[in-house]
Amino acid sequence: MLIDVHAHFFFAGTPRADWREYNASRLAAGERIGITVHVNSILGTFGRRSPTYFPSPADVGVGNDAALALEHEHPGRIRTYACVNPNYTEHAVREIARCRNAGAIGVKLAASRRADDPLVDAVCDTAQALGLPVLQHIWQGRRRDWPGQEASDGAELCQLAQRHPEVRFILAHVGGGGDWRHTMAVVRAHPNVYLDLSGSGVDGGMLEAGLAAAGVERLLWGTDMTMETGWAKLRYLAHLLPPAELELVKWKNAVRIFPQASFPTD
Amino acid sequence: MRIDVNAFLGAYPWGRVPGTAPAALLDALDRVAIDTAWVTHLPGLFWRDPTEGNAWLYETCAATPRFKPVPAVHPGLAHWRDVLRQAVDRGVPAVRCDPCCYGLHPAGSELRALAAACGAARVPLVLAVRLEDGRQRHPHDVAPELSAAAVRALIRSDAALRLVITHADRAFLEEVHFGSTPEEAARMWWDISWLWGPPEEHLATVLGTIGPERFVFGTGQPLRLPENAVAKLDLLELPDAERERIESRNVLESLAV
Repeated sequence: MLIDVHAHFFFAGTPRADWREYNASRLAAGERIGITVHVNSILGTFGRRSPTYFPSPADVGVGNDAALALEHEHPGRIRTYACVNPNYTEHAVREIARCRNAGAIGVKLAASRRADDPLVDAVCDTAQALGLPVLQHIWQGRRRDWPGQEASDGAELCQLAQRHPEVRFILAHVGGGGDWRHTMAVVRAHPNVYLDLSGSGVDGGMLEAGLAAAGVERLLWGTDMTMETGWAKLRYLAHLLPPAELELVKWKNAVRIFPQASFPTD
Repeated sequence: MRIDVNAFLGAYPWGRVPGTAPAALLDALDRVAIDTAWVTHLPGLFWRDPTEGNAWLYETCAATPRFKPVPAVHPGLAHWRDVLRQAVDRGVPAVRCDPCCYGLHPAGSELRALAAACGAARVPLVLAVRLEDGRQRHPHDVAPELSAAAVRALIRSDAALRLVITHADRAFLEEVHFGSTPEEAARMWWDISWLWGPPEEHLATVLGTIGPERFVFGTGQPLRLPENAVAKLDLLELPDAERERIESRNVLESLAV
């Protein structure tokens, strides 16, 4: 059993003309790697009608509908995060509930609002009420604002996590850009923050640092936009960890933080 | 057979990296079934005279036949021709230059002189586009990345020069490859360490559009997990002959000194 907690699929409403090939490639690579379930989020229209990291409410709905449709096309193989933009707070709260009713098993926050902003509290309250984990896009150790996103870093997510100790937060893609050492230093004291290992980065020492900072019970396996890097990290973890602990990272930790019956072995 | 043309020994000045000692690198080679690694002295890249790391590199490689030394040459220093001559005399598979770390213009007069000397000596020159993701570098690690324009200028500067370019992404290598004549492009080899696999399929795309003759196996270890380069080839499910070409045959047939 292997759960990818950070997957993305595309659909016809995005700018990618090759979206069918992209999705097919992800599924085929997933079979080769042994991925049992891809937990997918679609960020609105990925920039076609509103910015990827600032999706409009209309696009949020369209993207989530596409994600839920993919889940129905591939039952048991694809699950869904409800992506929301907290700047449209009431819509976000309604959208999470709507998507949960339709089968979503988590909430995806991209980079529309800083994670420590009080505006995000309503989203977290809703996630807590519905028992959903929150996957937060993170720029590791952000030292300045980057165009196109209001990115949060680990310290800002941990402030949010401290305000919502009953919510499980997934700190996105420690290998996804920025200084992951900054993240490792801050997550130690926050037991409700889990590290998603995805991202194109395969730095030597990153996995050891993740284990030291969060412990094996707070590591989650994922891929994001590059699947070979996920497979490489999985292979290296098999070298670092005894088999029982490797199973935690591969799927058991994920089963623990997502709603019951989200995955086949539940 | 698997040859890694992109490996390092020694500590990294910008952060703690495990596995930089020779014994640890050997363990890593065993772990991912790499037979031979072209290695460079990593801390030396950041020294005022990077060639001061070459003596240790030669000594270490002499004691460990699976390591092949790729010594640094700094064409801004007066003794660089001696350094290059010594490297050629020792039968190295290649030499390397990191002009952006040295504060040299990557296509300036010093680099062009080195390019001509490497061409005359028939020794390939290794250039790295980067060592780390630019988004995570240390605040004081401000050397610019190698530019595609500089690589185009260098390959045009000497008709006998052969380049091995490591850590290039798809956009970089396409810009250089298709911005060169077929004759120029045929004198450049690209390591696969920074090319994305599925679902973006960058490696599959360039293997299809450019051909496997231009690619060599490289990892960037120990700064990067060597498992990554193997995993992306495993995901491609290439014909055996094509994979062998990337993993060793291009090096053995085209880059041997």
